[in-house]
Amino acid sequence: MSAASEHLTPTQLAWRRLCRSRVSVAALLLLGFMMVLCVAGPWFSPYGPNDQDLELRAVPPNAAHWLGTDPLGRDLATRILHGGRISLLVGVLATAVAALIGVGYGLVAGLSGRRTDALMMRAVDVLYAFPFITFVILLVVIFGRQFVLIFVAIGAVEWLTMARVVRGQVLTLKKLEYVQAARAAGAGFGRILFRHMLPNVMGPVIIYASLTVPGVMLLEATLSFLGLGIQPPDASWGVLISEGAASMAVYPWMLVGPSAFFTLTLLALNLLGDGLRDALDPKSML
Amino acid sequence: MLRFLLSRVLQGVVVIVGVLCITFLLLRMAPGGPFQGERDVPEHIRRQQEAMYGLDKPLPVQLWNHIFNFATFQFPPSPKTPGRGVGEIIAQGFPVSAQVGLAALLIALAVGIPAGALAALRPGSLEDRVSTVAATLGICTPSLVLGPVIALVFGLKLRWFNASGWYDADDWVLPALTLGLIYSAYIARLTRGGLRETLALEFIRTARAKGASELAVVFRHAFKLACLPVLNFLGPAAAGLMTGSIVTESVFQLPGLGQHFVGAAVNRNYELAMATAAFYALLIVAFNLLVDIIQALLNPRIGFKEDA
Repeated sequence: MSAASEHLTPTQLAWRRLCRSRVSVAALLLLGFMMVLCVAGPWFSPYGPNDQDLELRAVPPNAAHWLGTDPLGRDLATRILHGGRISLLVGVLATAVAALIGVGYGLVAGLSGRRTDALMMRAVDVLYAFPFITFVILLVVIFGRQFVLIFVAIGAVEWLTMARVVRGQVLTLKKLEYVQAARAAGAGFGRILFRHMLPNVMGPVIIYASLTVPGVMLLEATLSFLGLGIQPPDASWGVLISEGAASMAVYPWMLVGPSAFFTLTLLALNLLGDGLRDALDPKSML
Repeated sequence: MLRFLLSRVLQGVVVIVGVLCITFLLLRMAPGGPFQGERDVPEHIRRQQEAMYGLDKPLPVQLWNHIFNFATFQFPPSPKTPGRGVGEIIAQGFPVSAQVGLAALLIALAVGIPAGALAALRPGSLEDRVSTVAATLGICTPSLVLGPVIALVFGLKLRWFNASGWYDADDWVLPALTLGLIYSAYIARLTRGGLRETLALEFIRTARAKGASELAVVFRHAFKLACLPVLNFLGPAAAGLMTGSIVTESVFQLPGLGQHFVGAAVNRNYELAMATAAFYALLIVAFNLLVDIIQALLNPRIGFKEDA
């Protein structure tokens, strides 16, 4: 490292490293573009997501309807953007739920004594072997197909890796001199937790959160695809792909549009996650 | 080694009992019983129906009955499908899912390992870059997108196979292809990483130094070690194939386990949903155990590590 970079904070360093990778920048731009499009796009659309134009049912893409319309005469582009809002929102919220549970669990396990730690991590091992898709499906079926429940149910099953990562990081940190110095200086449990542990586990948490988002969005889309997630007429990308798959033989554009948006977003998220891992990897920070 | 396997078997039993307990609680917490329909049934008839299926007993007794029934493979009859046992439905659905799942796994290995190995042996070459890009694309393409696309192209446009249904002997091809291609991407990536790391190790240099041919170096020396990450992944992959199978069975309208499970969950068919969930758990546990055994055989260090 040159002398100039020593004045940068770790965050700035990581940002620089992220920007040096062309793939990460492209992924970031694509993702930003998608988000702006989905959040702001519907305001500029002349159509509502559920507005029907019965004269123009199932027309292929044209100048007025850029991505065509569905058999009910609704503008597909508008519906894709509205669906994107829901899909992205579920992705972010479910990841937040997963991160909250995972970080909490990992911190407690890492900071408790050896026996509690072993017990808690053994529980995680056992949970890893659970057939989660069945649980999410059962949860959603039993507690109703509401928006809140969908992301809580998904978040409640996606926290395991996060807990493992955080716990590992805490175990490493616990042995470091500055933490022991803080303890020797009389810092309490809370101070060590919030002042010394949390800021230092944030790096790995960000990496795994960014890698969790695409998985979570996929799970939501799967549920919606099976008819167990977001319910029509509300749209998410899973709902739209499911509608497209049902009528792809006659109206192929109904499958192509939402699939392209969904796959591109997943691609951007995955590439960004990989880039973040390279940029924030604690090993490369030293 | 024996202790290691024993602890894994024990862990598997814990998982299955846990799955049974949780599914039981979840389904009992659900609003609406299996006999709630459009018509109002007189109180005494409803009570008789419940007694017939043991739903009138206290919850712990019901739970114990369930665990006992599953342990002895005596699946209780389902009130929703009278005359058609839960065991029968699983026995009909499982071969379909298993055939597709196994074929998918073989496709994934047959495509993924050569692609990954080729990329690892010629780092930086065109093959490497193509295979890496293809693997990234494959990982990001969800089965619910790839499935319909494959059905559209090979089923509806080219008419090589049925786009949906389970009628002809070759109806497993398209669903297996969907799942297999996605998992081959993961396997290619893992093979590439594992092989490259292994090829950089010192014992490979020793092998080369003593004059072993490149083929012998790769296949006799490196491959066993390089396979470990792939093998490790097979446990999660089995679970993933299962998840994927729920989607592909829905896309291709296969009468497999996944379709029965989703249907049972939606129709509040307690017995069937629980039995399917438990069956899934059993499959995953069995698969993980198999992977553990193979791993312990390939890598003798594992058995000792677990004992410490």
